[in-house]
Amino acid sequence: MTSSPIQKAAQVTPDGVARKIRGLSDRTIAWIFVAPTIFLLLAVNIFPLIWTIRLSFTNFRVNRPNNAVEWVGLRNYERILNDPDIWNTMQATAHFLLWTIALQVIIGFFLAFLINKKFKGNDMWTTIIVFPMMLSPAVVGNFWTFLYQPQIGLFNYVIAFFTGVDPASFSMIGDVHLAPWAIIIADTWMWTPFVMLICLAGLRSIPDSIYEAAECDRASKWRQFWTITIPMALPFLMLAVLFRGIENFKMFDLVVQLTGGGPGNTTTLTSIDLKREAFEKWRTGYSSAYAVILFVTVFGLASIYVKALNKVKER
Amino acid sequence: MSFSVTEPTKGTKWFAGLLVITYAIITLVPLLWIIATGFKSPTDSIAYPPVVLFEPTLEGYVNLFTDRTRATDDMLEAAGPPETWYDEIARSRGTIISGPSRYGERFLNSVIIGFGSTFLCMVLGTAAAYAFSRFRVPLKDDLLFFILSTRMMPPIAVAIPIFLMFRNLGLNDTHLGMILLYTAVNLSLSVWLLKGFIDEIPMEYEEAALIDGYTRFQAFYKVVLPQAATGIASTAIFCLIFAWNEYAFAVLLTSGTAQTAPPFIPNIIGVNGKDWPAVAAGATIFLVPVMVFTVLLRKHLLRGITFGAVRK
Repeated sequence: MTSSPIQKAAQVTPDGVARKIRGLSDRTIAWIFVAPTIFLLLAVNIFPLIWTIRLSFTNFRVNRPNNAVEWVGLRNYERILNDPDIWNTMQATAHFLLWTIALQVIIGFFLAFLINKKFKGNDMWTTIIVFPMMLSPAVVGNFWTFLYQPQIGLFNYVIAFFTGVDPASFSMIGDVHLAPWAIIIADTWMWTPFVMLICLAGLRSIPDSIYEAAECDRASKWRQFWTITIPMALPFLMLAVLFRGIENFKMFDLVVQLTGGGPGNTTTLTSIDLKREAFEKWRTGYSSAYAVILFVTVFGLASIYVKALNKVKER
Repeated sequence: MSFSVTEPTKGTKWFAGLLVITYAIITLVPLLWIIATGFKSPTDSIAYPPVVLFEPTLEGYVNLFTDRTRATDDMLEAAGPPETWYDEIARSRGTIISGPSRYGERFLNSVIIGFGSTFLCMVLGTAAAYAFSRFRVPLKDDLLFFILSTRMMPPIAVAIPIFLMFRNLGLNDTHLGMILLYTAVNLSLSVWLLKGFIDEIPMEYEEAALIDGYTRFQAFYKVVLPQAATGIASTAIFCLIFAWNEYAFAVLLTSGTAQTAPPFIPNIIGVNGKDWPAVAAGATIFLVPVMVFTVLLRKHLLRGITFGAVRK
């Protein structure tokens, strides 16, 4: 091959310098930029997940590292799915999920609707309403136990003030029937602003012109609300439900500080139950299988939901 | 003034404002109660009916930052007159300050781990977000979805193997371990948010820079970064707040040296059992900075909490 002076020059130029002149290829840069992130996520998320799946087929116990680790196949999964306690836990979680989402969507949407009336100072009040959701759930949850104290607690006092019952006669976190509501109230207080913010974005995305057209057609305000506002804000509402659903399915910090899962097992949500199995009873293999089941459940439900969400968006 | 059919009437606005402000005040009560309890004496804090007006005292804060031992009258006399104002408060309760409590350390741990992980998260996240935004990365959508899906796992579910892995690597209960862990937890948020911010910067600026002879790195560093500054700052605050508030990993993986404040505050106990003013004082110091940051973030709140799915 004959070589032009330029090619000759290129051949004798040291690699490092050549690269500096040419610059790295976009592809190389892309990989240099993305690789550390992917690596860290693989190491801290995926590797442990695979490890969890592997452990779920064994009888390994962290607190007895010297015991022989046996491969037990699907026995852990069988035991979990046949365990009535797990179903109680699932029921408690479902109750918690259903009510928190319902309350937060209703209150959150209503608040957003009011804020969208653009009264003076609505920005400032929106920021104030948002405070609870930005705070540490563990620290706040712990303080809610103080508000819920019989007799001296502020919550009991307020309830007593408005209903006339004796503030010492009921204990929100000590009573089997009230405890599930204690965590629902605290969670709703904390996360309603989240739903509110998303709904507000939804309401603000509806162009004024649609309402103007409806007004020309003499549609009543009530009709406008049901045929314009709700359908157009629906994708946002569904998004809020998705986020709250995933977050509350994982719920741990707020509730563990509030009730610790008690009294009895009435507020033992799945994460709390999982923590007990894994870090108090140290049944590592069993709890790994439990974790896998939970993950598959969240992932499965979320995927189905996202499909539904996309359908609504397309409409 | 122009007339618009969609503009709410004055009466509607007034009524809506009234309802929203009422809600805001109710929602603020628990927070104000935390702050107020921090300044109450133990008797006032558990008084019935609950007291709203009280004589403020710094006893809660003194108890928060000190360890005290109960002392007999003889011991109090032998210790001599109190030297400082906080000594005086402790003495008035028949106790002697035996040393500083661990709250300062725990708070410092929160600061170190919070800022450390945020910094690392921003470095990695900005680079990855830039690549996802500007280059054709193979399997881009799959990778982005993978990054997001790491958020769906309950922390407890991965805590067991992380616990084992950290134990093998000697990272259990260390600052480095917690920083790496929180960085990984927050990366999904930072990549998704930052990608959105960088997507909004017109490509023409960089193209102009490239034509002027900048390398890709220089274009990224000198053109994109300055323009994404607000986005990077608000993403950083989000990462900081999440790391600051995190509890599940902290309580499972740290106990001594690297424990952060959230697992510590609920366990503050005084000489006579649960010391609510001290707990409230600890919570106040811990929560107020977040409230300040929330005010700073208000324009980007929605974006942050929805991983950039909703932009205003």
